Amino acid sequence: MSNPHIQVCNLNAWYGSQPALKNINLAIPRQQITVIMGPSGCGKTTLLKTFNRFFELTEGARLEGQVLVDGENIYDRAIDETEVRKRIGLLAQRPTVLPMSIYENVAYGMYIHRMKKNAREYKDAVRHYLELAGLWDEVGKRLHDPATALSIGQQQRLCLARGLAVEPEIILGDEPTSALDPISSQHIEKKLLELKDRYTTVIVTHTLRQAKRLADYVVFMYMGEVVEAGPASQVFNHPQQERTQQYLAGMF
Amino acid sequence: MGDFSPTLTQRQAQERTARRVVFVLSALPLVLIIYITAALFTRFWPLLEQYSLWDLLIGTQWYPMQGKFGFLPFITGTLWVTAVGVFLAVPPCLLTAFYLSEYARPLTRVLLKPVLDVLAALPSVIYGVWGVLAVVPFVGNQLRPVFSQYLGWIPLFSSHQPTGYSILAGGIVLAVMIAPFLIAVTYEVLMTAPQDWRLGSLGLGATRWQTIRYVLFRQSLPGILAGVVLGTSRALGETMAVLMVVGNVPQMPRSIFDAAYPLPALIANNYGEMMSVPLYDAALLGAAVLLLVIVLAFNVASTLVLQRVLARR
Amino acid sequence: MKFRWHRRHWSEIIVKLLMYCSVGLVFASLAVILWTIVSKGLPALTWEMVSQTPKGGFYLGKEGGILNAILGSLYLAGGATLIAFVFSLPLALFLETYLGQSRWANWVRLSLDVLWGIPSIVYGAFGFILMLSLGMRASLLGGILTLALLELPIMVRAMDEVIRRMPYDLEQAALALGSTKWEVASRVVLRQMLSGIVTAILLAFGRGIGDAASVLFTAGYTDSIPTSLMRPAASLPLAVFFQLGTPFPQVQQRAYAAALILTVIVLVVSLGSRFLAAQVGKFSVK
Repeated sequence: MSNPHIQVCNLNAWYGSQPALKNINLAIPRQQITVIMGPSGCGKTTLLKTFNRFFELTEGARLEGQVLVDGENIYDRAIDETEVRKRIGLLAQRPTVLPMSIYENVAYGMYIHRMKKNAREYKDAVRHYLELAGLWDEVGKRLHDPATALSIGQQQRLCLARGLAVEPEIILGDEPTSALDPISSQHIEKKLLELKDRYTTVIVTHTLRQAKRLADYVVFMYMGEVVEAGPASQVFNHPQQERTQQYLAGMF
Repeated sequence: MGDFSPTLTQRQAQERTARRVVFVLSALPLVLIIYITAALFTRFWPLLEQYSLWDLLIGTQWYPMQGKFGFLPFITGTLWVTAVGVFLAVPPCLLTAFYLSEYARPLTRVLLKPVLDVLAALPSVIYGVWGVLAVVPFVGNQLRPVFSQYLGWIPLFSSHQPTGYSILAGGIVLAVMIAPFLIAVTYEVLMTAPQDWRLGSLGLGATRWQTIRYVLFRQSLPGILAGVVLGTSRALGETMAVLMVVGNVPQMPRSIFDAAYPLPALIANNYGEMMSVPLYDAALLGAAVLLLVIVLAFNVASTLVLQRVLARR
Repeated sequence: MKFRWHRRHWSEIIVKLLMYCSVGLVFASLAVILWTIVSKGLPALTWEMVSQTPKGGFYLGKEGGILNAILGSLYLAGGATLIAFVFSLPLALFLETYLGQSRWANWVRLSLDVLWGIPSIVYGAFGFILMLSLGMRASLLGGILTLALLELPIMVRAMDEVIRRMPYDLEQAALALGSTKWEVASRVVLRQMLSGIVTAILLAFGRGIGDAASVLFTAGYTDSIPTSLMRPAASLPLAVFFQLGTPFPQVQQRAYAAALILTVIVLVVSLGSRFLAAQVGKFSVK
């Protein structure tokens, strides 16, 4: 693959003495949706967390190897992890809205990075990103209500708007629809597809059907290892590895 | 052959009796409060028959032998010492609690928690001994000269007496005494904050401090304030430790290096002695009433304010 | 993504520095306090101090010890803790089971909070006038009753905390396993609560043994070991306070020794409660 956006080199990770990732080598293409799939406990969420330096927040977590974003190792000493997290946004399994109003939730990230100059600019930006996340029509009239008053599906789209507002290049999704009802899941999937030519997107999922709906590029993991990675059509239609074939056939 | 299990009516009767006992028992705290207040007030009454309450409250002269009972120096002393103590304690305690809950590793927490428990468990007289041996000389020999040399032009820091027995010494001792309490409360409040808030904020590239400042602190403020209120009422009524280091001079303090005479110290030092002086006993119990009223009023007022703040959210 | 200095990094560094200073300050004060008490008290601590009562001329620096105060304090705090416990346990239990979250329960909790906030010197003054009206003089009994008043809210509050934290599921789970109500109460609830109750008792005991202001007028002070509830009793905090107030260095030395003894007792109680709670609570669900 020429010019991958994220490149993982010889990545090993442990929780305490328990190995979680074993010698991962991987390239993730630019401005496409990459889906990481595999049975639960295979390390896919762990891998995702190493991309935005969330991995190290777990107690006893240890890591060796490199994660290169645009050729820059984000585990280098000279890297600012807050800058990493600004450029690589995360949608968590459950929406993590902050205990503030809807407006403040979207403005929060821009505010802490001092990205806008005055109230007018913040207001416009909040509207823009709520529109981008497809939430404006529903909440435009009650921006100053607490964000927790929204339904869980709306909260997840709010998190998407909030993440987009700090102008990331990469969006990570850790099973972002697993806590949502089918309609809300559809909303999120639709948005991710709409946004995919502007952002590099990496989604973790354990539902094969979602993977098939979203993926341009697929990574299949098993027991902390990458078994197979490649363009969606190739992996889904002509899997090379026996494990992948078994997984796609629904054998585990 | 009888049926040994109690009938339904018997069991209902049991339940009724139990309820009555519970009710009586649960009324005990309220009855105690009323009784304590009433008992103290009854003994204070003879003084109020001779002097108006207002005169007692704004009087600055305390000469029991001559029948002059002005409570203002003692009230002021209480408020000053408490204010200095709380002012000194709050910032480092909040920071320590933030550190323990947001930055420290579990191992550090496990090690530091017992230390706080020990600090909280030490009796006030021990703090008093420490105050006499360490704080008073430190304030008298180190802080006082420095402050009067460089900041002496500010009335608050000027010094009028040569020793360290002062409001500042009392405040420092109080600050250390209420510290474990403030830290524990703030820490508990922060620990109840959901992990999602932290992840949501950190995920946008916020630093830990930004997360604390803009997310956690705002949400935890009512709880933290409630802790500060409890700590302050502790400080208002603290007797022995303050009594030992504050100088006990019935005067209107002008600077934090002045000696003061808080209400609890007044009661502890004089009650039970010289009861032959007319109205002296009533005046000292009046001091107890005043202290009680100050503590209760402060508690009630801050509870009301907190409830309003919470209701507005 | 190379590190470049932003305002947020500066604030982070400054705040972190302030935090380290604060943590240092808090723990340094504890270290200094303990060091002051130990370094002053240890040289003055002799076997005579803990094994004898004051002899003639003790307060001028002659021989004797403070056994009277040690025993007095143990009697005072022990008696008070016992009485407070007798009232606290049912109060705390019923507060939750019978009154729950009702209006009256909130009133009871509020009044407990108010009681908790009443300064010990006020309890002392109240205890004294109560005794006067009953025609009693300063005595062990008076001190015990006053201290019990002081300890009551501390104990109820600590117990209430434990009971309220009791997971509801636990009771349900036990019932679902086919236990009878009595088995639930005796095996599950009590066991779950036991460590909390032990902590509450020791917490109140520690408070009681260290409090000087409430026993100042009510228990009095005497040089002999208390033999009757109606006689005055000495206490450690007052032993420290009175001896420190004398102008004789030898006597002040003894104040330091008494302070050390008091500190050791309180520390043993405090750490002991941790240990006991851990032992008893080993199988409780957190």
